[in-house]
Amino acid sequence: MRDAVTALGHAQFDGFCKITEVGPVGMISLRANADVKGLAKAVKAVTGTALPAPRQIVRAGTHAAGWMSPDEYLLILPYKETDAALALLEKALTGQHYLAVTVSDARAVFRVEGAKADQVLAKLSPVDFATLGPTELRRTRTAQVAAAFWSENGGYMLVCFRSVAGYVMGLLSHSAMPGSALGE
Amino acid sequence: MSARLPSGGRLIDRRTPQEFTFNGTTLRGFAGDTLASALLANDQMLVGRSFKYHRPRGIVAAGVEEPNALINLGTGNRAEPNQRATTTELFDGLQARSQNHWPSLTYDIGVVNTLLARFLPAGFYYKTFIHPRAAWKHVFEPIIRKSAGLGPAPTLRDADRYEQIYAFCDILVVGGGIAGLQAALVAATAGARVMVVEQTPNWGGRAVVDGDIINGAPASDWIDATIYALQAMDNVQLHIRTTAAGVYDHGYVLAEERIADHTPGDGRPKHRLWRIRAGQIITATGAIERPLSFAGNDIPGVMLAASLRDYVVNFGVSAGDRTVIVTNNDDAYRTAIALHAAGLSVPCIIDARAQVTGDLPARARALGIRIEAGRAIAKVKGSQRVKAVSLCSQSGEGTVLEEISCDVVAMSGGWSPVVHLYSHCGGKLIWNSEQAHFRPDPARPPTGADGLGMVLAVGNANGEMSAQDALADAARGAAAAAAALGFKANMTAATAQISLDAPMEPVWIMPQGAGIALRSKMWLDYQNDVKVSDVQLAAREGYASVEHTKRYTTLGMATDQGKLSNINGLAVLANALHEDIPNVGTTTFRPPYTPVTLGALAGESRGDIFQPLRKTPMHDWHVANHAYFEPVGLWRRPYTFPQPGETHAQSVHREVLNTRSKLGLLDASTLGKIIVKGPDAGKFLDMLYTGVFSTLPVGKCRYGLMCNENGFLSDDGVVARLSDDTWLCHTTSGGADRIHAHMEDWLQCEWWDWQVYVANVTEQLAQVAVVGPNARKLLEKLGGMDVSKEALPFMAFADGVLGGFAVRVYRISFSGELSYEIAVAAGLAAAFWATLHDAGAEFGAAAYGTEALHIMRAEKGFIMIGDETDGTVIPQDLNLAWAISKKKADFLGKRGQERSFLANDARPKLAGFETLDGSVVPDGAYILAPGTNGNGQRNTQGRVTSTYFSPTLGRGIAMGLITGGLARIGDVVEFNTVSGGSVRAKVVDPVFVDKDGEKQNA
Repeated sequence: MRDAVTALGHAQFDGFCKITEVGPVGMISLRANADVKGLAKAVKAVTGTALPAPRQIVRAGTHAAGWMSPDEYLLILPYKETDAALALLEKALTGQHYLAVTVSDARAVFRVEGAKADQVLAKLSPVDFATLGPTELRRTRTAQVAAAFWSENGGYMLVCFRSVAGYVMGLLSHSAMPGSALGE
Repeated sequence: MSARLPSGGRLIDRRTPQEFTFNGTTLRGFAGDTLASALLANDQMLVGRSFKYHRPRGIVAAGVEEPNALINLGTGNRAEPNQRATTTELFDGLQARSQNHWPSLTYDIGVVNTLLARFLPAGFYYKTFIHPRAAWKHVFEPIIRKSAGLGPAPTLRDADRYEQIYAFCDILVVGGGIAGLQAALVAATAGARVMVVEQTPNWGGRAVVDGDIINGAPASDWIDATIYALQAMDNVQLHIRTTAAGVYDHGYVLAEERIADHTPGDGRPKHRLWRIRAGQIITATGAIERPLSFAGNDIPGVMLAASLRDYVVNFGVSAGDRTVIVTNNDDAYRTAIALHAAGLSVPCIIDARAQVTGDLPARARALGIRIEAGRAIAKVKGSQRVKAVSLCSQSGEGTVLEEISCDVVAMSGGWSPVVHLYSHCGGKLIWNSEQAHFRPDPARPPTGADGLGMVLAVGNANGEMSAQDALADAARGAAAAAAALGFKANMTAATAQISLDAPMEPVWIMPQGAGIALRSKMWLDYQNDVKVSDVQLAAREGYASVEHTKRYTTLGMATDQGKLSNINGLAVLANALHEDIPNVGTTTFRPPYTPVTLGALAGESRGDIFQPLRKTPMHDWHVANHAYFEPVGLWRRPYTFPQPGETHAQSVHREVLNTRSKLGLLDASTLGKIIVKGPDAGKFLDMLYTGVFSTLPVGKCRYGLMCNENGFLSDDGVVARLSDDTWLCHTTSGGADRIHAHMEDWLQCEWWDWQVYVANVTEQLAQVAVVGPNARKLLEKLGGMDVSKEALPFMAFADGVLGGFAVRVYRISFSGELSYEIAVAAGLAAAFWATLHDAGAEFGAAAYGTEALHIMRAEKGFIMIGDETDGTVIPQDLNLAWAISKKKADFLGKRGQERSFLANDARPKLAGFETLDGSVVPDGAYILAPGTNGNGQRNTQGRVTSTYFSPTLGRGIAMGLITGGLARIGDVVEFNTVSGGSVRAKVVDPVFVDKDGEKQNA
């Protein structure tokens, strides 16, 4: 089997922050009501985390589970583990009403690194970074397209749709241009 | 003459000289100058021409209210018209040109307008150019625009970049004068997140120039200490060079930060647009001094009194050697005192008030300055520069008592609070007759979502005109704003030394009994040339509303938006109407307060990131293979892949024939793909589609139509049943997001108790159509799964592996050929696509684009959403009744289609057309019918919906909607053409190729 490639081949930009396209990252979109029997256990089996509270993301090493809506979760895991994870979910949730589908390839993932990484995002997303929680998964938009991000290891991980990866890379690079930091 | 004083100028750095050019002449200023102060330092009082009469115009003010000193800044890709010299920071290398004159600033041919002025009264354009109607657009407007003008629009792309940023705070303080700083300090100390924006590069506003004493020391000490304190607080953001341009609903404020106007090309963005969401907004925007209306008040050298002292104190610049001051209030005496202190001559202070009693006049008197009470200016002498003023009695009609030579007239007609931001979102004003100004009405503020006030004015902006009152008001206002957000403020205000000012006296015309000759020389709006006589004429002609008068006379409609002229103009109007000023009211204050650069409003949205372009995983291959792209929604899809020397028509022709005879490859990744799963999924799809999908066997595909509630065809596509409780719905390329939202809408809002989940996996899976007689050979060569007719018949699908790629293969065809549509993970799609081309070369594989796709589907009579449908077409119109279930109790659109106009055989229906001469029917053509309708238009009996040259048949083919539909087969009809003639065509069956489907079923 060949290896999947990302939309931009790990493009990079160095400005007052560093922008890197990363991935591919394994992602499963899981739709289920929070009270579905066995849901917490199923998620734990896949990501090793608890079920995330509203607007939160819980991480465990390379895995994570994020709250997307009252009946939707984003499970993050190594790219090659999604098939096995779907099987685990199927086993744990048989008979329950849920939907789990791999969306790894539908997404592009960016890492925004630097002391002023929040400024790069604040130029594109109507988000109050002063009140953004340390484990908050923020669904929002970057300029004209949908996006979600959370803080991780002193930077941010940003997820958008694959088809607009080039647009989002352009946005992030424009925002991170040298000379564009606040107060410069 | 105006000149730099030997000393003084608190904002300039005399050790840092800077060179700039004005109309090509090199001049010198200092760091810290504005362009206006630097021009005055070089005796350049004349800076432009007025809009209508091309009268010479000099610098009047020192801030954003400046109506005259509009200049072209920069050249080439950094050219900006209509920049105010008074707010333009000087920098080394600045290039400025005056505008609105020809051939030169000093000798302007357009000035003959002065002689014609009496023929250019208020409403001139409306009166003169109303007939003939067509002449306005084609004759009058172009000429008027050329002669009027202002600065020319730039012709090159802007070299600079712009950006926007979102910001949030509890309290936004607009204005960094002492009231704003006091408010910020109180609010921040109470714990609120505070943001302060100041439009100039300096903090403190007018306090230093006005000589305010705060907490027993010069105001600058308190300002420095307060800024230092605010900078030390984590909950405070301070932004200079940032103008709050507009206040909008829910505490939303737009502010423009001018980052690099004064450092062009230094790598920083030129402007940054702040999109601020504030809990409470405090406007500490100060006040603007009003001119006085006396004859000749527009001659260069007539300036606002406070602005004149700004130039002296801030920049060490004198506007002239001999300054006559004319006023109706005590504040102007500060200018006399400042000029005296700078060693300049003040021959006379002309005070319209009969009694002059305040502290400041007493100080001026003590300095030996002559004060003439109850006097007025009858007339200013001079043309390009003030030469003298003649005195008269304010209560008289202008009989000259004396003439005083001077080169500057400093006027003050009182102060108007800057109420713009308070008013933008509905805040109301009240008239203060003591100060003769409108001030914010605290009982009627603009309200937020909770119905409570969201904007609060403080200081001068709130009509509190002394430093002491302004500071106290600011502390009080900040405490109230903080309290509204749950913060408790308990900080007392700084105290300022109290100056006992005598009341001002409103003076709207000087002298009050001036006749028409004088009134025709009293300018209200300097930029648009609106005079006292124009407003009075408008009143006589029946204009009672201030809004109508504004538009009729153009008062306040220039780029300064009447910052100087509005109150004076409406006072003149009120007097002419014998009304009280508050009954006449103000015009509406609308954003922006000062002009915002379009670049800042566009922000990052230009060039490559003007809008998101969606690209498939194979996009790079398409680019490398010279694809000509077309937009499909936000997607860019290859229209065709022209080879060297080929026209698009030729390459499309080749792609069609190659696909029909050998093998075509299509990037179909943009096709919408939505997973629908759950115990009620079958029921859901039966409601969504016109056909039945709950009975579709697992492993099979079925074509489906989706209608909206009104019955009109909305989308189509092939649905595959993946498992007992899971279906995959294909949508049109442009429809994926819309249909996904449509599904969620019905699931969340109407059928919320149905157990169905949907997921849009459009971008997870790329899709390739492998099409043509050699399609199976290619897949068999790749190997990995059985793609034979028996294992994978038409309208079946199978999961498997092809050439090492995990795939799902659908036997579906949109071309009528033997066709496999193969879904593969997007991350592997580029490799899979390349593999198909490599392995397919021996079978004649070639990529084809959307135009070949369209032609082949038209040859097969397949409809296309958006071509055969336009939102008014139902499936029955397209002979698709076979795809509508008769058995189902309900589906979306069923009841709509039962309405009389839709369940009507008279509706035009789909048929095919073949031109008699083989030509192609023009796109959009109508099918003509005999006679004309009630409007004298030719009757029609239908229209073309798809029309192409068919490479397969070698002739033009078309589909269209025609009354009678397929019953008309054999008729010959006429289509109109763009050039005026018509094309004759025979009505035929719309399936032009392989009607029995032998090829697709092979």
